[in-house]
Amino acid sequence: MSRLLARVMLDRFVNALIVLCVMLAAIPVLVLLLFVLIKGLPGMLAPGFFTSPPHPVGVPGGGVFNAIIGTLEIVGIGSLLAVPFGTLVGIFLSEYGRNRIGDTVRFVSDVLTGLPSIAFGIFGYTVLVATLHHFSAVSASVALAVLMLPVVLRATETALVLVPQSMREAGLALGAPRWRVTIEVVVPAALGGIVTGALLAMSRAAGETAPLLFTALGNEFTQVNPLQPMGALALTVFKNALLPYSDLQDQAWAAALLLVLMVAVTNILARIYVRRIQR
Amino acid sequence: MTRGTAAERVVPAPLVASSRQRRLLAGDRIFQGLALASAMLILLIALIFMVALFLPALPAIRRFGLGFFVTRTWDPVRQTFGALPALYGTLVTSAIGIVIAFPIGLGAALFLAEEARLGFLRGPLSFAVELLAGIPSVVIGLWAFFILTPLMRDNVDPFLKHTLGFLPLFQGTANGYGYLTAGVVLAIMVLPIMVALSRDVIRAVPRALREASLALGATRAETTWSVILPYARVGITGAVLLSLGRALGETIAVTMVIGNRPVIAASLFSSGYTLPSVLANEFTEAVGPLYQGSLFYLGLVLVLITIAVNVLARVLVWRFSGSEPAAV
Amino acid sequence: MIAWASMQADVAAPATPQAEIEIKLDARHVNFFYGDFQALQDASLAVQARKITALIGPSGCGKTTFLRIFNRMHDLTPGTRATGEVLLDGHNVLSPDTDVINLRRQVGMLFQRANPFPKSIYDNVAYGPHILGWSKPQINEIVEESLKDTALWEEVKDRLHRSALNLSGGQQQRLCLARALAVKPDVILMDEPASALDPIATLRIEELMQELKKRYTIVIVTHNMQQSARVSDFTAFMLMNERRAGEVIEFGPTDDIFNRPKDSRTEDYITGRFG
Repeated sequence: MSRLLARVMLDRFVNALIVLCVMLAAIPVLVLLLFVLIKGLPGMLAPGFFTSPPHPVGVPGGGVFNAIIGTLEIVGIGSLLAVPFGTLVGIFLSEYGRNRIGDTVRFVSDVLTGLPSIAFGIFGYTVLVATLHHFSAVSASVALAVLMLPVVLRATETALVLVPQSMREAGLALGAPRWRVTIEVVVPAALGGIVTGALLAMSRAAGETAPLLFTALGNEFTQVNPLQPMGALALTVFKNALLPYSDLQDQAWAAALLLVLMVAVTNILARIYVRRIQR
Repeated sequence: MTRGTAAERVVPAPLVASSRQRRLLAGDRIFQGLALASAMLILLIALIFMVALFLPALPAIRRFGLGFFVTRTWDPVRQTFGALPALYGTLVTSAIGIVIAFPIGLGAALFLAEEARLGFLRGPLSFAVELLAGIPSVVIGLWAFFILTPLMRDNVDPFLKHTLGFLPLFQGTANGYGYLTAGVVLAIMVLPIMVALSRDVIRAVPRALREASLALGATRAETTWSVILPYARVGITGAVLLSLGRALGETIAVTMVIGNRPVIAASLFSSGYTLPSVLANEFTEAVGPLYQGSLFYLGLVLVLITIAVNVLARVLVWRFSGSEPAAV
Repeated sequence: MIAWASMQADVAAPATPQAEIEIKLDARHVNFFYGDFQALQDASLAVQARKITALIGPSGCGKTTFLRIFNRMHDLTPGTRATGEVLLDGHNVLSPDTDVINLRRQVGMLFQRANPFPKSIYDNVAYGPHILGWSKPQINEIVEESLKDTALWEEVKDRLHRSALNLSGGQQQRLCLARALAVKPDVILMDEPASALDPIATLRIEELMQELKKRYTIVIVTHNMQQSARVSDFTAFMLMNERRAGEVIEFGPTDDIFNRPKDSRTEDYITGRFG
């Protein structure tokens, strides 16, 4: 009898352990978001946060205007490079890629996904910075574009593969050439997944820091010329954290909060878009 | 029944290939060619990528060769560089990260895959874990730098010293920065992958096995321990490996709490270095081809290790669950 | 004409000799292969214009395979090969210089499960004409005409720009029919079009077919014998032989096939002894 009791007690104990694991797994994100919110809000509400570039070190005040522009521009150019290209490769994989070349591309894409983000910084550095002897935003965009490619590619392929074959057949049976069926029927049917993939890739790129250290370098001033070094929100967070000035640290928290909000908004937008399409 | 108007009556064109057909077929060929070209371009980019990692490391490779891996010194002044401290730090922090994340992740995954009674929690938990995966690493690093570090220094480290101080692992001064803190940060970052992959692996265990065990009168815990986990062993190993791959490459969050000192120390409280954090930290100051080359050599080593671990992991997970692991 | 007569001699004598017979689609000695596996053996069929011809037979006998050859849909599956001739108005559609795109406009298809595009009702029907490059007013007219021809116009005219996926199964299949009609085909191939529909929706499709055959040639694959008996003018019975290749066993006017079958296998199938 007591053996049964012991087993049941053990079962209860293990269940309790599992619940403990669940709590431990859920706590970090809650704590993180709470702190970012609490510590970031004051900085965000400070006057000039959104509209002014950083003040010289030691002078109180200032903001992250340069970083906001920088993030938008760097990620924007990167997306312009990665999204159309990645979508096209995804179309290849889904419609023409059931072969060795397709498998190789998938393998390479998986390898790229697993690489440390710093590798993309090295890539951008070697290809565009060392060659031109100049740090620049566009080198960061290229590095981020390569980082985004596998995400867009895979999301596109997955979305396209989910479109039923009968849809393609219906289009072809009407006398449409294959390329028109692909572009006018299949891709629109998969658009939800494709756009989601693109948005997720973009939000990931916006949060990346390591690639920027080797390419965009950062810039105290507001810069829009992509051939020049440029600031970005992620860089601001990284650099300001290590500076001993409390208002700069506040700006770091606020920039972090801004980044988190951008990621959250992008995810929500993606979900809304998918739901809209499915109606 | 309506009759079509004359304008809509399509003249039945001859069925023999006309210039129109050739035009349309050309359209197909052009499109396919474009798609193929883009695929080849990706392969080309990947090739350039590997070359771009290799080229800048050449000066250091030529100078130090494979001895780089076992040299302890990292001295920019004397121009002697060795990867050992960074390698050591990478391995130690990743190990700590996995050791912490594995049980927690597995437990949470078991909950997500199996739990019935408290099933309503599965949605929120999934959501919380997914959120964590989306937070940029620099934000986690910021939090770790300001919040976690004092917490470790003032609470956790003294506690560990007090209870486990007889082990060389927990001796020495603790200022909050170092291997242990970095390990905790890595655990947090790796948790989402661990949970998601383990959950998929556990879900892939056939229901019949589970039910057979329960039908014999085994408790849930016994079923999990004796039936499910052994069956899922290979897949879970793959999940651990993929998490390891992620931990190895994590740069920014670790750089902010590792202390950035090129040493090898037994104590987990000590500051140290990891492969990516050397790069992040010293890149702007590195002058001279040998110094820079050594940094990039470290980067190359890191990438090769990461690729090896990832490929091994995917082979394992793929073979087990018969499908691609979820992209996280 | 002569071919038709000799074919009938091979297979079955027509009940009443036709004075004016127009053969729209003439399949002659078609063999079909998936790689090395032969799926159709020496299949021949003469489809009369503006009549409904049904292909019946147990599952796996090759009826759908045969049907899909007529608009070269088998091209989509790699490794397939068709020999023999399929003459559409005298031209062999299997020959390599055939304009397949144009062929598929002339020979339309309705599939087993309704497969409307995830677009609006209007855009579904308009897709074919859009590919052909017609003008907006022309497209508007043909959309209305096609939807009227499939008895859908009254039901959907107020929501043309809503998604087609909101329609019921029967409505979706009629939409797919309208979509096929919008390019003004001569022949419509139907692959078990009502198999996924309820009896009432099925009846509506069958009524439509009777109307449509005044202007179109229809070939329908069906596993429902009663449907074939109700709807078709001619029936071809197919069976899988010992080598698992499909063959046309008997072909003739529906009345003859069902009441006076020549081949004992046909009779067995009709009377339900197998199938």
